[in-house]
Amino acid sequence: MKYMMFVCTDAEPDTDPSPDPDIYAWVEDNDAAGRRLQGSVLAPTSAATTVRVRNGQLLVSDGPFAETKEVIVGFDLLECADLDEAIEVARTHPMARRGRMELRPLAELDG
Amino acid sequence: MNDGLADAVASASADSYTRIVATLIRVTGDWTLAEDCAQEALALALQRWGEEGVPGNPGGWLMTVARNRAIDVLRRASVERRKLAELAALADPAMPERQAQEELVDDRLRLIFACCHPALALESRVALTLRTICGVPTADIARAFLVSESAMTRRLTRAKSKIADARIPYRVPTGPALGERLPGVLSVLYLLFTHGYNADGPPAFADEAIRLARLLRRLMPDQGEISGLLALFLFQHSRRKARRDRHGNLLPMDRQDRRRWDHAAIDEGLRVLAEAPQDDPYALQARIAACHATAASADAVDWTAIAACYDRLAEVQPSPVIELNRAVAHGYAYGPAAGLTLLARARVGGALDGYPLAIAAEADLTERNGDPGRAAALFRQAAAVAHSEPERRALLDRAKEAAAGSESRGN
Repeated sequence: MKYMMFVCTDAEPDTDPSPDPDIYAWVEDNDAAGRRLQGSVLAPTSAATTVRVRNGQLLVSDGPFAETKEVIVGFDLLECADLDEAIEVARTHPMARRGRMELRPLAELDG
Repeated sequence: MNDGLADAVASASADSYTRIVATLIRVTGDWTLAEDCAQEALALALQRWGEEGVPGNPGGWLMTVARNRAIDVLRRASVERRKLAELAALADPAMPERQAQEELVDDRLRLIFACCHPALALESRVALTLRTICGVPTADIARAFLVSESAMTRRLTRAKSKIADARIPYRVPTGPALGERLPGVLSVLYLLFTHGYNADGPPAFADEAIRLARLLRRLMPDQGEISGLLALFLFQHSRRKARRDRHGNLLPMDRQDRRRWDHAAIDEGLRVLAEAPQDDPYALQARIAACHATAASADAVDWTAIAACYDRLAEVQPSPVIELNRAVAHGYAYGPAAGLTLLARARVGGALDGYPLAIAAEADLTERNGDPGRAAALFRQAAAVAHSEPERRALLDRAKEAAAGSESRGN
């Protein structure tokens, strides 16, 4: 089952002073196990562009700029047996403490 | 329908319903199909057992009927051969009894952990547990949670969709994960129980919580916290027939008729409590309840032991309500002045502001500290913010008694 894991900042990060898990070890471990299919850090929202089409007309604008401190700063596409495995992958990512992870399964379309 | 027949079906259902649903979910992965087939088997039992008599193995009969029904439905939907073969092998009379038992036991645990998965909203966990594990009709759950039946149906449907869409596993966690997940399961049972135990809640929910706690304890004998929780349920439940007066008003424990307490439940609670770990929060609460349950009279309650349990509980599970109860216990163990001091400390921070039980506790301590006039005013203040009508009436009675005490003293 594929899960999109959004890596987000959070207004209330962990206050535990113990060192963060190592992100390079996390990537290597999950890549080797086949649980991480791809992923990347995102450029800041100042580089974001919004595209819409309305009545056949293209509308392009700057942003969106998040009003809150909680924004998506990266993503990883996971392949896991079930939600519990995906939760285990998410909990060991350093941003689970510095921010938060959001797990969304990819919809499985029939046929 | 005759009563004997209804009883036979009800008793077979109590034993078998959860097993059937749990097993059909494991094999088919379809929650709604599993529930429908189990319900249809019960309906057919009412009809057939009346004509043909109750079969020798009612549970096996129900399982076979539910399984066959599921096979019919799936065959029509032309599902993979593997699922059908697995279904056909279920509850085979040729299967040795013991092997069949062990497999079914696992399924019920799997179902409990899936229903109580932390990725589901807490209210969905409670509703799903009642609907799927206990077989409570959706309309009854809706009434208990003060929502419309259609809203409850939507909530249950959403929860089942999430289980399928996010692939919440149908599995009992092992290793460290079990330690992380079991408390969540126990808190769902606790909510079920307190909902049933509340002044106006449906009492059957408390019975279901006890039944599930017994089942969990039997299936996971190494997990002592379950024993603490079950013991706590049993002690509280033992007072169910004594905790109201003729008018339905709640009675405090010292005014209850102890002969009406359920002593079989108390004995079971004491046996179970012996297995619970020392400092577990449920076990500490159960030990407090045991002090009340085993005292020969209200005057013989060992308040020093209760105060010590609350001291420990305040360390392992600090909360304003625990601090409040701790103050009350110290008030009985070491005198009302000691209780008032702790109560004042518990109120710092304001978490107990406007909480009727905190005001009532202050009123009670104040009365015993020799100021019935002020106590009466406090009881009236507590009654004004009471959460239920019986609670309000009980507090107004106390206010009247305190006021009478105040007059007889001439102040």
